[in-house]
Amino acid sequence: MSIRPRIAVVVFPGSNDDRDAAWALGALGADAQLVWHAEEALPRDTAAVVLPGGFSYGDYLRCGALARFAPVLDAVRELAAAGGPVLGICNGFQILCEAGLLPGVLRRNRAPELVCRDVRLRAERTDTVFTARCAEGQELTIPVKHGEGAWYADEELYAELDAAGQLVLRYAEDCNGSVGDVAGVCNEARNVFGLMPHPEHAVDPLLGSGDGALLLAALVDAARERSLTLA
Amino acid sequence: MKVTVLVRPKQGILDPQGEAVQGSLRKLGFAVGGARVGRLVDLEVEAADAQEAKAQVERMCQELLANPLIESFEVEVEET
Repeated sequence: MSIRPRIAVVVFPGSNDDRDAAWALGALGADAQLVWHAEEALPRDTAAVVLPGGFSYGDYLRCGALARFAPVLDAVRELAAAGGPVLGICNGFQILCEAGLLPGVLRRNRAPELVCRDVRLRAERTDTVFTARCAEGQELTIPVKHGEGAWYADEELYAELDAAGQLVLRYAEDCNGSVGDVAGVCNEARNVFGLMPHPEHAVDPLLGSGDGALLLAALVDAARERSLTLA
Repeated sequence: MKVTVLVRPKQGILDPQGEAVQGSLRKLGFAVGGARVGRLVDLEVEAADAQEAKAQVERMCQELLANPLIESFEVEVEET
């Protein structure tokens, strides 16, 4: 089937990777629509949502802490509760954690610096709609750019998530002091996923790596499948 | 009623910001054995009495002002 599934990319005041995400999803066969945070509903036939990177609400209080009050977030929660795929990239990951849609929290990097470089990642789990195109253990090269990207969970929560297979992506080398070198986490139902690396900046080998396309194309696959069942 | 909230990185939680501040203070020649950096929030709260104000603000901390995974908080009500 060649339908272009509709994927909403939410734009908060302070988002700055929204257009890259929309461009990448479009290049991978989706109908990506930018949706302003003040909207109370998602566009008709929205099959998946991406919360992009940036500094929503100026990172006031804590990164991602205020975005959960955005009117559109209720609609995103509803879509997630109905099984729709929701992807949070960087600040989007921080938002999903602060909103309670993903476990843990992102805190300041261990080294007092902004990490901005390509990192190698390992796909630990392929049983999510986001990593379905990866082979288990596959290495991916995708850039990161964050100062507050060290994912944290206490020992008990970490063990629980590890046992449940929710620690989907890990850095292949230490990146920022993240517990267990975790780079990406999914929820229990496996339809909400957040990661610090930016797959939307790695969809064309011309830009250094095309590995991000593996993750985003898998999201487009899932959105397409969902559009067909909703139709 | 004036209420002050102090939010701190939880004990045992790494605080790179505090470490950087400590290092800088030592470079200035101060003998600082430790520094932790938190956040202070001053609030003006409507409440019948100090006890009610404190209870309200503690809820605010749990729901928004602090992230209980990594931060602890302390609420001080200014007695007038």
